[in-house]
Amino acid sequence: MPQLWLRLATVLYGLGLLQSLYQLVRRRAGEDLSRFAIPAVGLGMVFHLVSVVERALLFGYGDLLTIRYAGSGLALLIVIIFMALFARFKTASPGVFVFPLVFLLTFASAVGQQSDMAPVFRSKGWIATHVALLLIGYAALFLSFVASLLYIVQSRSLKSKQPATWLSRMPALQVIDDLGYKALLAGFPFMTIGLIAGSVVAQEQFGPTYFFDPKVLLSLLMWGVYVVLIYTRWSSGWRGRKAAYMATFAFVAAVFAWAANYVSPLHRFVAP
Amino acid sequence: MNFFVIGVNHKTAPVEVRERFAIPESRLPEATQALTSYPGVEEGMIVSTCNRVEIFARAKNGDCDLHGFVRQYYGFRQGEYEQYTFEHKHLDAVKHVFRVAASLDSMVVGESQILGQVKEAYATARAMGAVQSQLDALMSRAFQVAKKVRTDTQIATSSVSVASVAVELAEKIFGTLSGKSVYLVGAGKMCELAARHLIAHGAKKIYVSNRTYERAVALAKKFQGEAIPFESLYDSVAKADIIISSTGAPHAIFRKEHGEKFLAQRRNKPMFFIDIAVPRDVDAALNDLDGIFVYDVDDLQQVVQSHIGDRRREAERAEALVQEEVLKFQQRLQQADVVPTIVSLQEHLETIRQAEIDRLRGRLGTLTPEQEIAVEALTRGIVNKIMHTPITTLKSAAREGEQATTVVEIVRKLFNLRSAHANQRGQACDAEQPVPVAAAAKINGSSNP
Repeated sequence: MPQLWLRLATVLYGLGLLQSLYQLVRRRAGEDLSRFAIPAVGLGMVFHLVSVVERALLFGYGDLLTIRYAGSGLALLIVIIFMALFARFKTASPGVFVFPLVFLLTFASAVGQQSDMAPVFRSKGWIATHVALLLIGYAALFLSFVASLLYIVQSRSLKSKQPATWLSRMPALQVIDDLGYKALLAGFPFMTIGLIAGSVVAQEQFGPTYFFDPKVLLSLLMWGVYVVLIYTRWSSGWRGRKAAYMATFAFVAAVFAWAANYVSPLHRFVAP
Repeated sequence: MNFFVIGVNHKTAPVEVRERFAIPESRLPEATQALTSYPGVEEGMIVSTCNRVEIFARAKNGDCDLHGFVRQYYGFRQGEYEQYTFEHKHLDAVKHVFRVAASLDSMVVGESQILGQVKEAYATARAMGAVQSQLDALMSRAFQVAKKVRTDTQIATSSVSVASVAVELAEKIFGTLSGKSVYLVGAGKMCELAARHLIAHGAKKIYVSNRTYERAVALAKKFQGEAIPFESLYDSVAKADIIISSTGAPHAIFRKEHGEKFLAQRRNKPMFFIDIAVPRDVDAALNDLDGIFVYDVDDLQQVVQSHIGDRRREAERAEALVQEEVLKFQQRLQQADVVPTIVSLQEHLETIRQAEIDRLRGRLGTLTPEQEIAVEALTRGIVNKIMHTPITTLKSAAREGEQATTVVEIVRKLFNLRSAHANQRGQACDAEQPVPVAAAAKINGSSNP
């Protein structure tokens, strides 16, 4: 049953995705997007939530911590944040970037094989903390990345002196900027503590060798970029292009760190 | 559909002529009074603004001589003013009213002031009973149409003056202007105007710098701002978020290296340069810096032009919408025209039926209750069968519109209903109770009003 809800949510997110692709191709105003895609994605979010809660009730929350469903959890977090922003700022423009990612993450968990096994770790609490905190961290980082892209788009449109109609509904530059920075700041503690929690588990489980695992190295790299991002922003107020490059770098690092689950010998959530 | 309108507007008459037509607010009630007491006028209303004077009227029957009223009221002679006026009748008048209220007839299409002005004129006329039945229905419909045009099209969403475009752009950059600071370089009129707009939208701190320090002080005083000597211009500009420059300098006073310095001082917080000087005060290269946005007069003008273009496109959609509404309104009025005829037809046949039963009662003798019911059913059945076709014809004529009046006349003639229709209207007016068209249209053929 949870799988059915998840698939339903995927289909609804797919509608949102189609809409955002259409919007990119046609370069039409965002109002089209909100009229059609927002209800679809909103409904998808509800099914998604039902699916996650039901899965947790049926199989225990440990099941949510597998690679497979962590993706779905991250997607859910992102959608919830997106919807909150939509309610607050009445803008659907981040959807152009948000919907594709959400769709892919949910799609992967909705169609994947049932091969993942629940993690067999000695300390389940630490693992849960690790995964939950990092998911929030990832969501915040992604949001900040989207904000920096929107910042560039909006800033280009203002500099071109021909404010295209489909951009006229985007939030103001400073609003986008604040949003990205706040997301970054809010995500940082989650990311940091999440990584520490992971290290504690790994230390306990594998001893000092864990450190040379590709997943661990990539995560550290991501964390480093994250710190630099916040520092440049804080010290010299980097915005626009430079900040976007940094954010892109951090995001790519995050994607690799996430994807490393598939190459890492020890970070597979299965018993060694 | 006895609506008439006569008037002058910015398209038909120059301002010297419009001035002669204009009626000051204090004299509006009296003028409206004069209009409604003019022969042939049943209801009337006058809108008088700086761009237009419009005299709306509904005729008692068929026609009314609004030119006669204009001559009488203003004391014009025949042939001296007609070239400046426009006149619309019936459906065209309805359409005109809708277009005026929806701001499609305005000098700046989509501006919102006119709707308020029409509403005021309506309130005045209504308060004195000059607007009561059909004209009332027309005006309330016009306000709904205006609202619909506003919400369904984007006719009024873009700004069409340089100063308001500047504000709009500033809001696109800074979100809200509240708490933002504005730096005026040069103390000219244009600077002052733009600053006023920005302050009206929440800008807080104003700095003024000018080559002649006294003028800077004078202008700063107006905004409770701070005057800054021209020598310390470059050291102070970074304090401001929005810079409006309009000096008479022959060369750019803000160059790229200045911009880089400002950004460093501001830790890259965005800056918005509005350059309204010709020759320009701000080097266009500044716009290439991340975080600095430069708009000169031409850029602003270009945005204004593109907005005007947008409005024109939206105006076309609005026109189609108005046309649709005119047809709907016409249908409703015709429906309302048909209803009294249907009612009197029913009354007429019912009277005949009763009279015939009474006449025959003596010859029928005493009837059992069953027989009584049978006679009732028989006569009613005949009457209803006879009425069926005329009523459906009337109703469909009202729907189709074109021949409604003809059909109404034929039915009245055939059944000898001449007086009934007139009575209906007479009563409504005597009682001084407005009969809203919508309500009249809702009355179904079967019920007695």
